[in-house]
Amino acid sequence: MSQAVVEPEAPPARQMDLLRFATAGSVDDGKSTLIGRLLFDTKSLFSDQLEAVEAVSAARGDEYTNLALLTDGLRAEREQGITIDVAYRYFATPRRKFIIADTPGHIQYTRNMVTGASTADLALILVDARKGLVEQSRRHAFLTSLLRVPHLVLCVNKMDLVGWDKAVYDKIADEFTSFAAKLDITDLTIIPVSALEGDNIATRSEKSPWYEGPSLLHHLEHVHIASDRNLVDVRFPVQYVIRPQSTTVTDYRGYAGQVASGVLKPGDEVLVLPSGLTSKIAAIDTADGPVDEAFPPMSVTVRLTDEIDISRGDMICRPHNAPAVAQDVEAMICWMDETAPLRVGTKYTIKHTTRTARAVVRGLQYRLDVNTLHRDEGAPELGLNEIGRVRLRTTIPLLADEYRRNRTTGGFILIDESTNRTVGAGMIIEAS
Amino acid sequence: MSQTKPYRVSHLDALEAESIFVMREVMAEFERPVLLFSGGKDSIVMLRLAEKAFAPARVPFPVMHVDTGHNFPEVLEYRDSRVAELGLNLVIASVQEAIDSGTVRELPDGTRNRIQTPVLLAAVEKYRFDALFGGARRDEEKARAKERMFSFRDEFGQWDPKNQRPELWSLYNGRHHPGESIRVFPLSNWTELDVWHYIAKEQIPLPSIYYAHEREVVERAGMFYAVNEFIVPKAGETVETRTVRYRTVGDASQTAAVLSEADTVDKVIDEVAATRITERGATRGDDKVSEAAMEDRKREGYF
Ligand SMILES: Nc1nc2c(ncn2[C@@H]2O[C@H](COP(=O)(O)OP(=O)(O)O)[C@@H](O)[C@H]2O)c(=O)[nH]1
Ligand SMILES: [Mg+2]
Repeated sequence: MSQAVVEPEAPPARQMDLLRFATAGSVDDGKSTLIGRLLFDTKSLFSDQLEAVEAVSAARGDEYTNLALLTDGLRAEREQGITIDVAYRYFATPRRKFIIADTPGHIQYTRNMVTGASTADLALILVDARKGLVEQSRRHAFLTSLLRVPHLVLCVNKMDLVGWDKAVYDKIADEFTSFAAKLDITDLTIIPVSALEGDNIATRSEKSPWYEGPSLLHHLEHVHIASDRNLVDVRFPVQYVIRPQSTTVTDYRGYAGQVASGVLKPGDEVLVLPSGLTSKIAAIDTADGPVDEAFPPMSVTVRLTDEIDISRGDMICRPHNAPAVAQDVEAMICWMDETAPLRVGTKYTIKHTTRTARAVVRGLQYRLDVNTLHRDEGAPELGLNEIGRVRLRTTIPLLADEYRRNRTTGGFILIDESTNRTVGAGMIIEAS
Repeated sequence: MSQTKPYRVSHLDALEAESIFVMREVMAEFERPVLLFSGGKDSIVMLRLAEKAFAPARVPFPVMHVDTGHNFPEVLEYRDSRVAELGLNLVIASVQEAIDSGTVRELPDGTRNRIQTPVLLAAVEKYRFDALFGGARRDEEKARAKERMFSFRDEFGQWDPKNQRPELWSLYNGRHHPGESIRVFPLSNWTELDVWHYIAKEQIPLPSIYYAHEREVVERAGMFYAVNEFIVPKAGETVETRTVRYRTVGDASQTAAVLSEADTVDKVIDEVAATRITERGATRGDDKVSEAAMEDRKREGYF
């Protein structure tokens, strides 16, 4: 007999993909508990973190270990038992690495939901089964669709407190499904859970034999995100021009950037905006050597066959598929500043792709009531957390697409020119 | 960038692409960026990313070491050889010099974590740095979990966690008035395990103390401290030789080692994947002071 061979343990997965999701819900619906539970069940929690939380929980006289304390990182949050700001959490399973943006539910912090949703592949909304859908749930569903988060999960939480009653779940699920239908939400999954007791979180629970769908974690691991990217429209916003000042590398001129959408290949004919000049891709470089193709979200350096004048803020695209070159922009704007409202006539700095310009608000068509979706056409301004349709005129043309087609070339921020604060988030509806 | 199937991007490639994007944004929009380089593994990875972001050009900004004077010699050696290899300009902000010249005062307990903040801020002022790359990760600590990729600091270097700029899409707002600055954290979304996987993938050399080696240590509060000029055994403490490695490299007087047999990057990865104690919890005496120790230090201008 041959000597026994000890199989080496499988190396930890290095080829996971990445899923970013944002959580939303009203105060006390159980977001922090749910995240704590996901971390706990995927063994992403460390014993010293858990001990610290147990100690604080015990000192406060909580009946059980309050997993919410894991995510509430600031002193004020722990003292007031609330979540102030977006907190980012990380966990991984052998399939995927997850980045969670935990966004607070208080009405005054809706901007945080918008922030978290802007980069999310998936939004996870919680409702308390006892309370059913509330104003905030509708608002969060609306924001998910406004920010075009491709996947939405509704967790009906605290099912333990309603005796795992199917009727309670069905009523909430039906109501939410019909609300979501009005919002053009493409992928909706609804899951009954108890974040506190861990039912239907990592594995399916015996307490809900009537529920046939996946556990939350199973869904997060398997939801198909690869085709959420736009691989059709080539958009390469130039970030930085690489021109080595060196004796060994001479005459190198490369355009560095991250592919916003589409697939670039050497030999492709390209159109450079705003100049309108055309050229061909000579090579696509990375520090690891040239590549045959570049697609989102790769950061690469593109070289062209012709010497044309290109600088930061320009866009490389294809001759028959180009964004609008536009100074008049119609957009939905979510206002994020508590110090001053958005008013017609005011000028802001606008940041769009790698381009920075100035913009003046030419008109406010309406302010949207995010609960009823009613449009108030007489609204004079947009206050903190308000959303409305706005017309802007910019000092230089933007190279823009509709946000619904392209989240990268369709989104922008507004910056207050005196305070430098980020005051608004915009999603382009039309650019001309 | 390796792809196993068409248009597939692994989590490490996605993280790398994001970090490179952030570094290029800073280079394009700031006048005087600097990268904080301590010779610790996170700053080593960050420097590697900087190298990749601007290739084939050189890293286009200087690096700065806030030197507490409490160093591991292996780390200083590594720092200097890496700086020479990349042809970088190294700025040293020395806590010892600041103590000697009376601009800061040594604390009664001799620890220097807290007093490095004014030294850092003085260097920022002297060189008029407007963007400072730091290797902090959000998974390290709960106050860090709330930090932005571009983190605004006022003219006193202070962080105001309740008044942070919302960060949407990949549109980073680095606007600031003269005297104010932005701390930039390109590794925000990386975890300790991601960093180690990347070190393996890129075959990045590290200071030897990151791998298991024998060392004379004393045990204090369950942590193993190397016996050296900064850590002198107290009465009743026994010095023993153990096989250890460092998970983080900070101030040598306060950073503990962990017992480990992991002497290769793959073994370290296995260990990190299985460990149940956070990096800071296992190795940093300085974070244990209170629930909010890190938040307080960050408010004062610490990284
Ligand atoms: N019974 C029960 N209580 C829950 C559940 N999820 C959360 N809670 C409790 O609800 C309260 C608020 O939870 P928390 O996670 O802080 O809510 P957040 O404000 O959405 O982050 C806490 O007391 C939790 O223990 C659940 O599934 N069942
Ligand atoms: Mg909470």
